[in-house]
Amino acid sequence: MTRKAGAADPSIYVWWIGAEATPGGLLNEVRAHTGRVFGLTTRLWRGQERPSDAFDPARNQSSSTRILEWLVTAGPGETHKVLAVTDLDLFIPVLTFVFGEAQLGGHAAVVSTARLVPSGSPIARGGRLLAARLTKEAVHEIGHSFGLVHCDLVRCVMSRSSSLLQVDAKSGGLCQDCWTRYLDLREHSGGPHDEGTHPYPGR
Amino acid sequence: MTKERTRILVVDDEEIVRESLSSWLREDGYRVDTAPDGPAALDKVKADRWSILLIDLKMPGMDGLQLLDEVRKIRPEVAAVIMTAYATVDTAVSAMKSGAYDYLVKPFDPEELSLMVEKIVHQQALVRETTVLRKVLKREYRFRDLVSKSPGMQAVFELARAAARSQSTVLVLGESGTGKEVLARAVHLESSRANGPFVAVSCAALTETLLESELFGHEKGAFTGALVRRKGKFEAAHGGTLFLDEIGDVSPKLQLDLLRVLEERRFSRVGGTEPVDVDVRIIAATNRDLRKAVADGKFREDLFYRLNVVPITLVPLRDRREDIPLLVEDLLERLNAEQNRRVEGVSTEAMARLIAHDWPGNIRELRNVLERALVVASGSILQAADFGFTAAPTAELDRVGPLSLEEVECRHIGNVLRHTNGNVSQTARILGIDRVTLYNKIKKYHLKRPHHEEHEKTTHSESI
Repeated sequence: MTRKAGAADPSIYVWWIGAEATPGGLLNEVRAHTGRVFGLTTRLWRGQERPSDAFDPARNQSSSTRILEWLVTAGPGETHKVLAVTDLDLFIPVLTFVFGEAQLGGHAAVVSTARLVPSGSPIARGGRLLAARLTKEAVHEIGHSFGLVHCDLVRCVMSRSSSLLQVDAKSGGLCQDCWTRYLDLREHSGGPHDEGTHPYPGR
Repeated sequence: MTKERTRILVVDDEEIVRESLSSWLREDGYRVDTAPDGPAALDKVKADRWSILLIDLKMPGMDGLQLLDEVRKIRPEVAAVIMTAYATVDTAVSAMKSGAYDYLVKPFDPEELSLMVEKIVHQQALVRETTVLRKVLKREYRFRDLVSKSPGMQAVFELARAAARSQSTVLVLGESGTGKEVLARAVHLESSRANGPFVAVSCAALTETLLESELFGHEKGAFTGALVRRKGKFEAAHGGTLFLDEIGDVSPKLQLDLLRVLEERRFSRVGGTEPVDVDVRIIAATNRDLRKAVADGKFREDLFYRLNVVPITLVPLRDRREDIPLLVEDLLERLNAEQNRRVEGVSTEAMARLIAHDWPGNIRELRNVLERALVVASGSILQAADFGFTAAPTAELDRVGPLSLEEVECRHIGNVLRHTNGNVSQTARILGIDRVTLYNKIKKYHLKRPHHEEHEKTTHSESI
C-alpha cells in the first residue's frame, strides 16, 4: 500500500453499539479490513453511549436512519468516518430489514450482524462466515459514506446485496471502477491527490 | 447510464419514509426526489420528466389513487407503484385499474423493491430502444413522404435521389394512387430547386384551350374573357419544378407546344408574340402506357423521348404487400394528427385482411379505407369490422371464375351479411351505403339475412 494517511485524510472509527458485549476480535477484523480496502487509518471507538430513540418496539427492530442521525453528533466528529456495528436488527420504515445503512457522501454508517448469522445465534458462534459477511457489509456502507453508489458487478463489494446469497457472492474489495471513483471522490472532497494503488481488488 | 437517467419521485406524507426510501434508492445510483403530498407531487410531475413514481396510498387530502389518476392524465408513460400498509385485494385491484404498474405492501422486502425497480428500468430502456430503432428504420425506409421497405421501391428511391441531384426531366409512371405526385414533390424537395416553387397541373382535368392558357398564360384580349394578362404555370414554376400530371391525356396540339418548350426553354403566352424564357424542371407523370400510345400514334414519339429522360416506375401496392403494415402505421399517424384521434393501430385480423386485399386504388385507396375505418371505429385499435371490406375477394374469384359486376356485388353483400350475422345497419356501414339502398339490394338479389333464415324456418313471418 503506497497511500499514507495525511493531515487531510479522515480516519475510520469502528464503534460497537450492540446489546451483547463487544466482540473485540470481530471488530478488529472489520477495522483491519476496511483500513486495507480504503487505505486509511482505522481505529476502534470505545464510547459507551447508545442511541435512545432508535428502537421500535412494534417492529422489535432498530431504525438505522435514527442511528445515523445519532452517530453524527455522538461519534468522533465530522472530519472522520464512523461505522457503528450492532447486533440489533435494523430497518428503514418501508423495508422489512436492512443489513446496514449509510449517509451517502456523509460521515456515518451502520451495519448489523442480526441477519448475517442464523436467527437467534450469538455472534460468538458466527465464526469465519460472519466475519466475512460483516467485513463486506462494513466496507459496502463505508463506501456509501464516501459517495460510492451501487455497482453492477456482482463481485464488487459495492454491488447491491438484499440477500445473504448476494452478500456471499461478492468479494470483500472494490472493483477497479469503484476504486477509481473512490479516489476521485476523495480528491474532490479535499483528500490527497496521489493515485495510490488498488489494495484490495474486488475482481 | 440507465440508472443515472432514471428519475424516481417518492410521494409519502411521512418524512422518515420519504428520506429512508430516497436514500436507499440513491445508493443504487438513481436520481431521487420526494414530495410530501399529492399536490406537491403533481407540481413536480408537471415540471419534470420522471421514470418511476412511488406513491403512498393513504395520504391526507389527495390520496394515492387520486394522485395516480391525475398523473396518468399528464404523464401516462410514467410507471407508478402504489405503496400501501393495507394489503387488501380491493386496494390492489383499484391500484391496477387506475393504471399502476404494481403495488407494494409496506414494509416490503428489500429484494422485492430492488427487483421491481430494476424491472421497470429495464422495460423503460427497452421501450426507448424500440422507439429509437423504429425511428431509425423509418428513416431508412423513407424518401420524404414516401415510405417503403420493398426492394422495388428502395430502387425507386435511389433513382429518384439521383434524379433530384440532376436537372433532367423525369417521367413518373405508375398506376393511379401509387403516389406519383408525392414522388415528384420529393424529387423537387431533394433538388437544388427546393427553395423554388413546385407547381402541379393536371393535364386531364382541363379542355385543350383552358390547359393551353393554364400552362402558358395569355395576353389581354387573347380570347373572350381574357380581360387581363395572366401568367401561366410555366412562368409560375420559374426557378422551380413544374409537375405535369396525366401527361398521356394531352392533345396532339399541346403535345407539340410542350415539345417546343422542352426544346427551347421559351414560349409565348396565348395571344402574344413576345417570347418568355423560363428555367423550369419538368416532372411528368402518367398511368398510361406511353410506349403503346406512341405505337398507336396517339402520343408524339419526339415528346415521349424528351420526357422519358429519367423514367421512374412506381410499384403497385399489391406487388409490395410487405409495405402495408408500414404504410398503415404511417397513414394512421397522419390521420390521427389530422383528425385529432389517438388510434394506436390495427388488429392482427384486420391487418391480415388489409395485406390480402389487392388494392387496385393503391395507397390512395388504403388511405381512404383507413380514414373511413377511423370514422366508424370506437376503440383505439381498428378491428376488421371497422373496414369496408371482408376477406380477399380474389381468392373467391379464382375459385368461381370471372363474374359480372352484379354477381360480384351480390356475393359481396351476401358475405358481409353473413359476417355481421344479418345485421343490416352494420352491413350498410361496412359497405358504405345507406340502409335503404342495402334493403333494395337485398331484395334485388333475393338475399337472406342469416338470423332471419332461422327465424323464417320457425315462424314464416318475414321474407325480404
